[in-house]
This record gives sequence, structure tokens and C-alpha cells, in this order.
Amino acid sequence: MSETKSLLERKLDRRLLLAGGLMAAGGTAVAASAARGQTSHAGHEMPQAAAEAPPAHLSAHGAMITVGEVDDARNGFDPSKLLTDWDTGTVSTLPDGRTLRTFEVTAEDKEIEIAPGIMFPAWTYNGRVPGPTLRATEGERLKIVFRNQGSHPHSMHFHGIHAARMDGVPGAGPIGPGEEFVYEFDARPFGCHLYHCHALPLKRHIQKGMYGAFVIDPDPARHPEHEAVARSRLLGTPENAGWQEFVMVMNAFDTNFDNENEVYAVNTVAHAYAKKPIRVLKDTPVRIYLVNVVEFDPINSFHLHANFFDYYNQGTTLTPTLKTVDLITQCQAERGILEFHFREHEPGLYMFHPHQSEFTELGWSGMFDVVEAVS
Amino acid sequence: MTDLSQPSAETRANRSSWAYLAWIALPLAVLGLAIVWLVSSDLLSNFRNGAPPVENLTFERTILGADGIRVLVRAGGSEPMTVAQVQVDDAYWQFTQDPPGPIARGATAWISLPYPWVLGEAHAINVVTSTGTTFGHEIAVAVPTPTRDSLSFVAQAVLGAFVGILPVAIGLMFYPALRGVGQAGMDFLLSLTVGLLAFLFVDALEDAFELAGEAAALFQGSTMIVLAAAASFLLLMAAGRRSGTPTGLALATFIALGIGLHNLGEGLAIGAAFASGAAGLGTFLVLGFTLHNITEGIGIAAPILKQRPPLRTFAALTLLAGGPAVVGLWIGSLAYAPQWSALALAVGAGAILQVIVELVSMQMRQRADGTRAVFAPGAMAGLATGVGFMYLTAMLVKI
Repeated sequence: MSETKSLLERKLDRRLLLAGGLMAAGGTAVAASAARGQTSHAGHEMPQAAAEAPPAHLSAHGAMITVGEVDDARNGFDPSKLLTDWDTGTVSTLPDGRTLRTFEVTAEDKEIEIAPGIMFPAWTYNGRVPGPTLRATEGERLKIVFRNQGSHPHSMHFHGIHAARMDGVPGAGPIGPGEEFVYEFDARPFGCHLYHCHALPLKRHIQKGMYGAFVIDPDPARHPEHEAVARSRLLGTPENAGWQEFVMVMNAFDTNFDNENEVYAVNTVAHAYAKKPIRVLKDTPVRIYLVNVVEFDPINSFHLHANFFDYYNQGTTLTPTLKTVDLITQCQAERGILEFHFREHEPGLYMFHPHQSEFTELGWSGMFDVVEAVS
Repeated sequence: MTDLSQPSAETRANRSSWAYLAWIALPLAVLGLAIVWLVSSDLLSNFRNGAPPVENLTFERTILGADGIRVLVRAGGSEPMTVAQVQVDDAYWQFTQDPPGPIARGATAWISLPYPWVLGEAHAINVVTSTGTTFGHEIAVAVPTPTRDSLSFVAQAVLGAFVGILPVAIGLMFYPALRGVGQAGMDFLLSLTVGLLAFLFVDALEDAFELAGEAAALFQGSTMIVLAAAASFLLLMAAGRRSGTPTGLALATFIALGIGLHNLGEGLAIGAAFASGAAGLGTFLVLGFTLHNITEGIGIAAPILKQRPPLRTFAALTLLAGGPAVVGLWIGSLAYAPQWSALALAVGAGAILQVIVELVSMQMRQRADGTRAVFAPGAMAGLATGVGFMYLTAMLVKI
């Protein structure tokens, strides 16, 4: 009743409302009060401090943001850590002197929280969505031990060069629950790739969460003409340590199974990097391994605010395929490498999002928090 | 013998009253045991197939104001359900829920969204629950919801008077002219009344069923309408016939009451439609309603043509039949839920049916050849005119 009264007391001034300035200005206050009022997501409300003094990055989204926080501990993965979580497997040497890199991947059913309070019955690789970011070096022998602990047949279909027997398509790789399969092939070509389940029906297996990034770093010895570039891409080199590398898998979830997505994100959790911006150093260049796996929508995109980047489509070249752009589009399974820096920028929050406004407004948006030095 | 039988009869009476109580307690005890058994033994575990709980959410009210959009939702799930996020026009939006937390079956909660809605345009609200199920609600045309200020109160009263009170008054003003009619004219007028009431009866039921479709499933809209209409019909029949069958002023009063209840339901629906922006208010539309309802006044006048009631009786009848439209508009624009409009319309339909029955029985009683009176050419013409007039004037107001 008191609410109705306050409605009454407030004179209806539509012009003020339509001006929209009210919303922009009031957004921050609203965000705070909304968070305080909302206690439905038991156990993980917005921290009181955030409610009292909303951080600057929240005001950039106004009131257009999901309410509450996702329980990373229950999910078993933290979007902030997924960004730099490379799975390099275990390394051994083959009799012929080549490097053998072995990965272990287990498929399992798992309910995950994809936006605050919204649970999704996912099918996962290693209990996380996206699956582990497998990272190898060009020319290595790869062995992926795949175990299916899920309730449905699954496979791993790698985008790369391999034998038909290793393709992960029906008849060559999908295994039933409780079974095991070993995929074996050489790591080539270098680039930013992906893997996903190819069991049928394909749409359902992909959108339920069975995908991950698969990065093959170039071997500098094989690319004398671009050795410096290749070395900067090779994980573990001092040159590579001079970069801030992140993996971003653009995905989405159809929570009511009507073949349309309700939640869009990068690395699964809606608004994860909007609420916790990604901290980057002003003077260190940034490299993003970007993969699109969104189901149902024909394309996705990546737009960086206030900056431009070089783009390496599929990452299979050492010179950019697109220079000085601030937007690239990717269809499903398309991927590439983005390189940029903030050297000439003032510190602050720089937004990134797809330029499909719908995806942005349904959860896929984030921020880089550019700082002078790590505090 | 009597001395002996007396106490035994008493004992028997005592015993039988104890037995009586036992026979009430026994079935209740069985019910209690069944509930305890069901809850404690987890009998239903065999039916648990891993499916998520059934969820249902109904939007009952939408309020658009300077501080954004507020919607009243009623949960109808098999278990309490949680509103996890809310989309407005395909964008996740900050919201507050009052009261917060899971919404129990049958319970309601207000969801407030500080959304900068656009006047005259459509918006879509999509509630995403914790299971990922979505429940959509369309705001067809966004207009500010009337607030409880005196200005809109008066404006609505004037509107209600135009569509409810004025036409009844105009219809009743035909009274002096109608007094001169003969028996055939009387047959015509009474049948005309029956015809227009029959139209209103069908119209009210149709609207009630349509509104019931929008209401939460747990109200069992269709059943509720049939029960409410039957109850109001039977109650009014019983009340009307307490001292013989109603005639003259008593019958006119019942007609006014039936029309009044119908107008209440109609006022609720109109008020809600205007409040939600579903209908724009035009001069033509208001005139249509006025014209449509004029016959109602003639219908009320018909049974009292042989009497000469004082003027204040006419005023009272006018208020009884037309006044509820004003009340309906007030309530409908402020506190709208489809099930209450459906209920009001169902009660109105029952009341109208009672009046139809009484009017026909009066017609049959007035003449020795009762049945023939009902089917006389004059009566048939009256019926056709009543239904036809209502149908044609309804064309002006149906959207």
C-alpha cells in the first residue's frame, strides 16, 4: 500500500521520464536499491558494500543488468580465472624425439548457474562450460583421453587436421556413457581453434555446453620469417610473458528449450566481466583468443570501445588478416585472435560487447579496467 | 414399562449422538492417516522422474508510472517458484521483488522495474525463473496507469455516467409515452426487454469466459463462472419469490439489479482496458455505449407501466442499474485482476437469467393462453427487435 501511496504522491511527469536522463542518472541508485531489495538468491546477495556505494563500472550499464551474483564456488569455475586457465596437459617424449602431449577430458552432466539464480542442466567437459582450453604447440603429437561420465553419448570433434577415424563424428568417436576413447593426431595447423561434441542431435549437444577452445601455438623454428611474432604467441617464452592473453568463448543458453537463447555471455556467466571488469595493464599488449559457439543465431561479433585491434582470422597466420578494426563478426565455430593495447589511453573502463544489441542486453557484455600498474 | 423405557431411550439417544460423532471422526481420521502416510512414506518417489517442478506464472496487473513498470504476478506452480531474472524488451533489467524470495503456489508478488517505457509503444516483459522457464507478458500500448487522484476519479465518474446512468435515464424517460400502449404493445415491450436481456446474458458470459482465460489456472475460471452465475441466479430467484412471484416495481427492481451487476462487470473490464491502454477512448465509442444501453431503461420501465411510482423511484432505479458502471470503472482502472471482472460478469449473468425467467413467467401469467402469449407475433417482434438492436449497437463498441 505504501508503494501505491508513493506512486500517488509523485506527480506523473512523463516528459521527465521520456527524457531518459532520469534513468541514466538514477540507474546507479536504482542498481543499489534493487540489489538490497532482492534477497531471493539465497546465500549470494550483492555484497552490502556494493549496495551502499556502487562501483563505477555498474553505472555504465544503468539498470540494464542481471540482479545478484553467481555462486562461482558451486559452479566449480570462476569466469575471471577461465580467461587465463590454459590446460597444457602432460608432456612426454616419443621414441622419435617428438613431444607427446596428453590431455584428459571427462564428459559429465552438471547443473550450472549461467546468470544469477538461473540454473541450466548442462553437459560439460571436465565439469565446466566452456570446457578446458587445450593449448599445445605446432608439430606436437596430441593424445586426448576422453571419458564419458554423462548420461548421453558424446564425442570430441576437433577443428584441426586429423584422420577420419579421429573426427568425433558418428561412427568415428562418439562413445556411450561409461566408455573411453583416445583421440590421437598432430597439432596442426597453428591457430586459434575449438573442439565440440559431434554426437547427434548436434544443436542440442552444442548448446548444452559441450565445447571449448583449442589453441595451437606456432613453432618459431618453422617460421623464420616471422620468428619474433611466433615466439610472442608461444606460451612459456619470455616474449609471450610480455602479453596479456585471454581466452573468450562467446556462448549462449536456451534455458526454456524453445530454440532461442535466453542468456548470452562470454565464458558462460552473463555479465560476469561487466560486474568484475578484466584488469589489464596499460603498457602491456592484449591478445584475445576469441571463439564463437552460439547456437541458433547465425552470427556473433566482438566490438571494442574506444580502441582498434588487429585480427588474425582463425589465428592461422602470423600477419593480421584484418588491420585496425574495432568490430569483427564470427559465425558459429568461427574464431580468431585479437591484438591491441592501451598504451596511449588514459586508465579507465573500456567496454567490449557484440554489436548485436540484443546479445549485449541479454548478458554478453564486459569491461577492461585499464590500470597503470597492478595494485 | 414407561419408567423403564425412559432412561433406556435416553441412553440410546446418548449412545447415538456418540456414534454420530464417531461417524464424523472416523472418515476425518482416515484422511489424516492418509496424509501422514503420504508425507512420511514418500509414496510418490516412484513417480519422481527427474522432471523439474511444473511452474506457472500469471500476470494480473501492470502499472506504468514515472518510476517505471510494476507488475503483479501470481505463482501457480507445483512448488514455490523463484523469479531469477527479468527481461524487458529482450534486455535483462534490474528489478526488485516484493515480497522477496520464492513465491508460493497461489501467492502474489510485485515486481518493480525502473524501465524507461515509451508512451504509446509496446513493451514485452519476460520473467525467467530459476529453472530457466520463461513467462512473457505483453504491454500492448504503454500509457500511464491512472493514479488515485481526484481529477481522474471525477473524469471516470463522468465517463461511467455517460455509459451507465445516462442511457438508463433516457430509456426511463420513455415511461410516459409507453404508458399508453395496449396489450399488444405490452407484449412487444416485455419481449423486447427479454430480448435485450438475452443478449446481455450471452455477452456477459462470453466476456466472463474470455477474462477467465487470462486468469491464473488455480481459479478454474470456467467452473467459477458457471458456479457464480448459477448461485446468483438461484439466490435472486429465492429472494424474489419469498413473497410470491415478483411483479410490477419488484420486478423492475430486479431488472435494474441484474443490469446493474452486468454494468459493474462491464465497467471493470472497460476501466481495466483503458488503464492498460488496450483501448483508446473515442467520442464515438462512448456514444455507442450510451446508445447500446438506452434499451435497458425501456426494459426497466416495462413492468411498471401499470403503476405510477413516485419520481424518486425512477431515480433509484436509474442509480441501481447505471451506477455500478461508475463503481466498476473506478475499481477496474485501479485494482484490476481478470478473475474479479469474470466473477462480476458471471454474477451479472445469473442475475439477468433470473430476470428473464421472471419476465417470461409474468407474460405467461398475464394471459390465459400463457404459452401462446410468449410466441405471439408481437412478442416475437419484440424479441427480435431487442436482440437485433443490442447486436447492431454493439457493433459500435466492440473492438
